[in-house]
Amino acid sequence: MTLELTGASRRDLLKASVVGGGLVLSFSIAPKAGAAEAGAQALNAYVRIAPNGLVTIMAKNPEIGQGVKTSLPMMIAEELDVLWENVRIEQADNDPKLFTRQFAGGSLATPMNYDDLRKVGAVARAMLVNAAATAWNCPSGECKTAEGHVIHVSTGRKATYGSLAGQCAGVAAPDPKTIPLKDPKTYKIIGQPKRQYDTKKVVTGQPLFGIDVRVPGMLYATFEKAPVFGAKVATADLEAARAVKGVKKVFIVEGGTKLDGLLPGVAVVADSWWAARKGRNALKTTWQDHPTSKQSSAGFDKRAAELNAGAPQMNLRKDGDVDAALKGAAHTVEAAYAYPFLSHAPLEPQNTTAHFKDGKMEMWAPSQNPEPGRQLVASTLGIKPDDITVHMTRCGGGFGRRLSNDYMVEAAWIAREAGAPVKLLWTREDDMHHDLYRPAGYHYFKGGVDDKGNVVAWQDHFVTFGEGEKLASSAGMGGTEFPARFVPNCKIDQSTIPLGVPTGPMRAPGSNALAFVNQGFIDELAHAAGADPVAFKMKLLGDAPMVGTGPSGYNAGRMRGVLAEAAKMSGWAARDKLPKGTAMGVAFHYSHAGYFAEVVQATVNPANGAIKVDKVWVAADVGRQIVNPLGAMNQVQGAAIEGLSHALYQKITIVDGAAKESNFSNYPLLRMAAAPPVEVKFVITDYPPTGLGEPALPPVIPALCNAIFAASGKRIRTLPIDTKQLKA
Amino acid sequence: MPYKLNVNGKVLEADVDADTPLLWTLRDTLGITGPKFGCGIAQCGACTVHIDGKATRSCVLPVSAVGDKAVTTIEAMENHPIGKKVQAAWMDLDVAQCGYCQPGQIMAATALLAKTPKPTDADIDQAMTNICRCATYTRIRAAIKQASGQKVTA
Ligand code: FES
Ligand code: FES
Repeated sequence: MTLELTGASRRDLLKASVVGGGLVLSFSIAPKAGAAEAGAQALNAYVRIAPNGLVTIMAKNPEIGQGVKTSLPMMIAEELDVLWENVRIEQADNDPKLFTRQFAGGSLATPMNYDDLRKVGAVARAMLVNAAATAWNCPSGECKTAEGHVIHVSTGRKATYGSLAGQCAGVAAPDPKTIPLKDPKTYKIIGQPKRQYDTKKVVTGQPLFGIDVRVPGMLYATFEKAPVFGAKVATADLEAARAVKGVKKVFIVEGGTKLDGLLPGVAVVADSWWAARKGRNALKTTWQDHPTSKQSSAGFDKRAAELNAGAPQMNLRKDGDVDAALKGAAHTVEAAYAYPFLSHAPLEPQNTTAHFKDGKMEMWAPSQNPEPGRQLVASTLGIKPDDITVHMTRCGGGFGRRLSNDYMVEAAWIAREAGAPVKLLWTREDDMHHDLYRPAGYHYFKGGVDDKGNVVAWQDHFVTFGEGEKLASSAGMGGTEFPARFVPNCKIDQSTIPLGVPTGPMRAPGSNALAFVNQGFIDELAHAAGADPVAFKMKLLGDAPMVGTGPSGYNAGRMRGVLAEAAKMSGWAARDKLPKGTAMGVAFHYSHAGYFAEVVQATVNPANGAIKVDKVWVAADVGRQIVNPLGAMNQVQGAAIEGLSHALYQKITIVDGAAKESNFSNYPLLRMAAAPPVEVKFVITDYPPTGLGEPALPPVIPALCNAIFAASGKRIRTLPIDTKQLKA
Repeated sequence: MPYKLNVNGKVLEADVDADTPLLWTLRDTLGITGPKFGCGIAQCGACTVHIDGKATRSCVLPVSAVGDKAVTTIEAMENHPIGKKVQAAWMDLDVAQCGYCQPGQIMAATALLAKTPKPTDADIDQAMTNICRCATYTRIRAAIKQASGQKVTA
């Protein structure tokens, strides 16, 4: 359906970034925008230096709260060798020719840019050194740099970057492939806690977000779509809407059938958003019947059970002989797990401002993935991509929702029809009714453990959504998902249910559900065997450093490292001293190249089943370098608390082909009173730095469910957790 | 009809329907975009402003009900004796992720500290009901403690 950031496609993205030679492009093309500061000189697409020494660095990727507007420029500034206080950061427009792939997804910003952006800084630094050496008539090797100056080592002669930048114009840049980089031990910016560049603007309420965009002469729009995804308008009282004060234009949009594209609906354009909404209320729209209008979550549940009763439709993995192993096992367990659809619900509802004038479209979009948005607008409206400019605004949350650009194409269409600049803004209800949801799923497990505590059999019949091999977006599971490859007899099957509900990647796609089921069922096996869950899981991870090779390789050694650390941090060994009703659970998960183990301590009140999460401990291994520890800590704590919110509260129910939940009143999110302290430790290992916005989330869900089991004896196999079942 | 509103110490005029929520009057008519829209039904707190010093969800407050009460938004917190301390703590601890909820969080925290200068954890739990979708609650709690001169633990 849309950009899929798990499995193979994630690797394709990585490959594209390398093969595409983005770095070379960035150096060969000078930025088209003139430098904002008087006399500033652009050294490449990312760096300009003003005569007064102020350095402006472009932030290439969309900022969705993951901190890349700060962390990516940190990489450039480090190698450029300037003082961070002298750096100004500017958000780049969507411009793949200058900046290659610009998106927020897959926790890829760090791994895809860490080498390239450091080289961007190093090349610019080398140009400044060469300029100084030319002026001083000495070999560049006699010069060093420090804090925005080039220094001639033997004489101590000094020149500011600001005075040298002008002499770099037209000078050939050295080859980024061979440019030397700093010894990380000498880093002054990377690895230091840096506040988000825009933190002051955020706390003073300055306009930063898509919703804050104002364009002269701008009108406001709302767009009503069918609750059943893709249904067409049957009737709408356009005249009644037009009669509402302030309403300027009301029209039906035919739309298409692609659920992440322009769908049918009614647009109301007015001189204020409130007037547009009042106009919309007058429409009394009715909708044509649609083939998926009978779909429901209850129906999916029933169908999943039916499919499990029959033969699986396809096999994803088969090692050894599961049936024989189950027969010979000392302990066996059978369990059915299920998880619901989820809405991303970023706090800023979807919006885009668009202005179509003289055949050209200008857009301001809070998108995680603006280039596919531009292409979608181009193909839907029949405009050349080169005639579309997309300005990236800060996003009030992303979580994967804004990888799709449905709101962008709606705004573009409505603005062209309206003949004026238009800000399209969805209501929260629009957002919750028209998400690309985290897909629901079902897992029917059988497992066996021998008398020494080894898992000898693992069987999973995964019932997911799609048709045959063509799965709904983010509804897939790889055949190497843990504990596959760690259990000698392993069978993973798959069956599918056709789906008329749009789905898409949500923070740690796949993993946010698979960790829950797999780590929960492993915990069941540990308890069946009477084993300490940490020791049991450590044993399951085995002794080998690596299992598998290449992109699907699993570094069991790194996982053992974080598991041991999480146990140590949490005082796992002393957990039997906790009061009755309070217990710890543990889980780990590998995703997005990160190794995470987490322990949750929770208390279950036997009187009413209420759960209190007392504390979370996270041990994280994302390689040798945390780029910005201040931001990294925030990401990990937020991810852990978000995971708790999934487990405790969140569920989208499909009824009559539509999402039933509509707002935070019936789709609650975790609030302050339920937020536990989250202690985080980064385990540093000698691997390339990778992302952490996503992999921190998955383990907390099974860790909580496992803690609840330890506290109450009740096993959570369905999300969200039904506290009624936890009453003693 | 035209309403005279006392916003951030200035009298501003907005010609809007009586049922227009204060939030949209501020954002669309007066161009004061610090208060954010998250839900429209008083659930999330992104739209929080002070009405005579009290934290109020402006998305459900019709402009006609404001009268001559003092409306204060995040834009005026730099001049508010408590608000500026709260903002300073928010910056110091770098609370925000996406930042979208934070104007509302700061307004709620400032109102809390105005009433309860040294809030306990329980006070914070009770007063801070705004949603942070990015779940920055750990730092919000710490920043409130810091702004109130208490020891920061988280
Ligand atoms: S927008 Fe007012 S409480 Fe959510
Ligand atoms: S920081 Fe994103 S919603 Fe709070």
